[in-house]
Amino acid sequence: MEEEMHTDAKIRAEIGTGCSPRGPGCSLRHFACEQNLLSRPDGSASFLQGDTSVLAGVYGPAEVKVSKEIFNKATLEVILRPKIGLPGVAEKSRERLIRNTCEAVVLGTLHPRTSITVVLQVVSDAGSLLACCLNAACMALVDAGVPMRALFCGVTCALDSDGTLVLDPTSKQEKEARAVLTFALDSVERKLLMSSTKGLYSDSELQQCLAAAQAASQHVFRFYRESLQRRYSKS
Amino acid sequence: MKETPLSNCERRFLLRAIEEKKRLDGRQTYDYRNIRISFGTDYGCCIVELGKTRVLGQVSCELVSPKLNRATEGILFFNLELSQMAAPAFEPGRQSDLLVKLNRLLERCLRNSKCIDTESLCVVAGEKVWQIRVDLHLLNHDGNIIDAASIAAIVALCHFRRPDVSVQGDEVTLYTPEERDPVPLSIHHMPICVSFAFFQQGTYLLVDPNEREERVMDGLLVIAMNKHREICTIQSSGGIMLLKDQVLRCSKIAGVKVAEITELILKALENDQKVRKEGGKFGFAESIANQRITAFKMEKAPIDTSDVEEKAEEIIAEAEPPSEVVSTPVLWTPGTAQIGEGVENSWGDLEDSEKEDDEGGGDEAIILDSIKMDTGVEVSDIGSQEMVFHHVGQAGLELLTSDAPIILSDSEEEEMIILEPDKNPKKIRTQTTSAKQEKAPSKKPVKRRKKKRAAN
Repeated sequence: MEEEMHTDAKIRAEIGTGCSPRGPGCSLRHFACEQNLLSRPDGSASFLQGDTSVLAGVYGPAEVKVSKEIFNKATLEVILRPKIGLPGVAEKSRERLIRNTCEAVVLGTLHPRTSITVVLQVVSDAGSLLACCLNAACMALVDAGVPMRALFCGVTCALDSDGTLVLDPTSKQEKEARAVLTFALDSVERKLLMSSTKGLYSDSELQQCLAAAQAASQHVFRFYRESLQRRYSKS
Repeated sequence: MKETPLSNCERRFLLRAIEEKKRLDGRQTYDYRNIRISFGTDYGCCIVELGKTRVLGQVSCELVSPKLNRATEGILFFNLELSQMAAPAFEPGRQSDLLVKLNRLLERCLRNSKCIDTESLCVVAGEKVWQIRVDLHLLNHDGNIIDAASIAAIVALCHFRRPDVSVQGDEVTLYTPEERDPVPLSIHHMPICVSFAFFQQGTYLLVDPNEREERVMDGLLVIAMNKHREICTIQSSGGIMLLKDQVLRCSKIAGVKVAEITELILKALENDQKVRKEGGKFGFAESIANQRITAFKMEKAPIDTSDVEEKAEEIIAEAEPPSEVVSTPVLWTPGTAQIGEGVENSWGDLEDSEKEDDEGGGDEAIILDSIKMDTGVEVSDIGSQEMVFHHVGQAGLELLTSDAPIILSDSEEEEMIILEPDKNPKKIRTQTTSAKQEKAPSKKPVKRRKKKRAAN
C-alpha cells in the first residue's frame, strides 16, 4: 500500500540515531464540516482542514452493474476527481487507498449485490489531501447511513529534515518535509487501517508518527461526534 | 446507475401545474432561483449555486506555444465535467451527448464572443502565449446546468490572476506571487446564458427550469447575452417551432435577467476583493453558514505529542526483532531461485522423487515406498493415495527387512522399494535429480521404475 518506501538497513542506522525530541508545536488546523449539502447523492459532506477542502458524495446501496456485481457483498467504488484536468495515476492510487480503507469498515455483507459509490471532488489542495479525502468520505458515508463497523479518519504527519514531527501539514510543509506519512485509523480500536508513506524515516520515527496520529485521531473523532451531535440535536 | 424514470402521474402533474402557471418550488414564470457565489482561497476558484444546482469552477494557466495560424493569440480552453456526484446517471469518463452539447455551447458563449482579450495573453509572438484553462465541475444536478456553468466560468475568469511575466530579449521571466502581484485577465464583457424551457409546443414558457421541469419540457432556448444587451449566442434545441415574437420576448427577458446576474457577480467579486485586501478571512470555510445545523466547525486544536517518543520506544521494545534478511539467493530447484524470506517454494516438488526432510543424516538409507495403483482392488484404503512416503532411519531399515511395507503395497502392479544407501546429502541430490527430469520429463516415471526394479 505504500507509494514509496525505503527501508534500507543502512539508511535506518544513519537516521535512527539522529532523531531529536519534538516540540509541543503539533496541532491540527481548524476543521469544518458540512453534511447533506447536495440534494442528489444519498449522502454528502464537505470537509475542510485549514484551506484543504474536499467534497464527497455517496450513492448507495444502489443498483449495481452485472459485471461489477459481487454475490455476497456490496461493490464499493471510489472515484476521486482532481480540480484541474483529468484524473491520472496519482488519483487512481489514492482511490485505491481510500477504497481499501472503506472496505475495511463498511459492512458490505449486509447489502449483497449492490453498489456503494463514493465520489470525491478536490475543491482546494493545501496539504494533507489524502487525510482530508478520507475524512470527507467517512462523513459522507455516515450521512448516507451506510452501515459501518467503525468510523475512520485520516491523519497526515510530516517529518522535517531535523526529525521534527508536524501534524496535518500544509502543502509548504509537505514540500519541505523529509517524509510524509498518512494513516487511516479506526474509531473503535484506534488501530491502523491504511498507511501511505513517502520519503525516508526510521522505524522508531514511524512508530512515533503513528502514536502522534493516534493522539490526533482522538480529536478528529471528537469532532465527528460533536458535529453529529449538533446535527441530530433539536436546536 | 440508471436514472430513475419519471412516472406518468408525475409528468401529468407537472404539466398541469405549468398550465395553471404554478411551479413546484413556488416561483413565478420568470423567476430565477437564488444564486450564491463563493470563492476559494486560490485565485480563479469559485462555487456557484443556482438553487440546488452547484458548479465548481477553477481557472489555471500555462505557458505554451501558440497555434500556427494564430501566432499572437492566447489559447482559451473550456472543459465542463459531469461528475457522478451530480447525478447517478452520469458515468465517469464518458462523453455523453448532453456533455458535448454543453461544452460546445460554453465555448460559443465565452470564446467565440471574444469576451477575453486573447491578444493580451501573448508573451512572445509565435513562441509563448498563455493557455487559460477553465475547468468546470458539476457537483449537483438540479436542472439548468448551462446557466450555472456559464456564470461559474465567467466568475472564475474574472477572479483569476495570472503570474506576471517580463520579456528581456529572448528571455522570459516568470514572477512568483511574492515577487510581483499577479495580474488579472482583461475581460471585455461578461456573457451569461439564460435558459427558457417551452412546454406544450411553445404555449408555455419558464425561465430557469429545474431538473423536473427539464424532464417534461418540449424544447429549450438558450440565449447568451451581456449586460449591454448584445446577444453572444442563441441556441434552440428540442425541435420545437418558435414564433418570431416569442424569441424577441425571450431576448427581452434575458436582457433583464443578465443585468441582474451581472450586478450580483460584480458585487460578489468586489466583496471578495475587499476581504482579501483587508487581510480578513476568506475561502470556502468562511462561506459555510455557521447557523446551519448540518455544519460544524472546530478551531485549531493543539495535540499533545510529548509522550509519542516513549510510546514508540515501548512498541519497538515489545516488538519482535526483524528477522534476518537473507541476501544470498537460494536455489531450490532450477528456475525457482529465491532471494530473501518467504515460504519454502513448493513448485519444484517432484511427484514421486526422493525429496524429503533431511533428519537422520544424508548418508543413511532412505526408503521410498511408492505405490502406483492402477486397479487398486485389494488395497482400496490406500488406493486414493498415489504414493506414500516413508522416511525412516535405521529403524525403518529394520522394518523393511521384516517385510512390513510389502504388505501395504500388495497390489497387482509392481511394488517398488528403493534402497539407495549411498546417496549424497539431500539438497544437492534434489537439484541433480530435477535437472535430470528437466531433460526428459515425459520419460521420468518409466525410467525410475526401471531403476527401482534394478534396485529391488
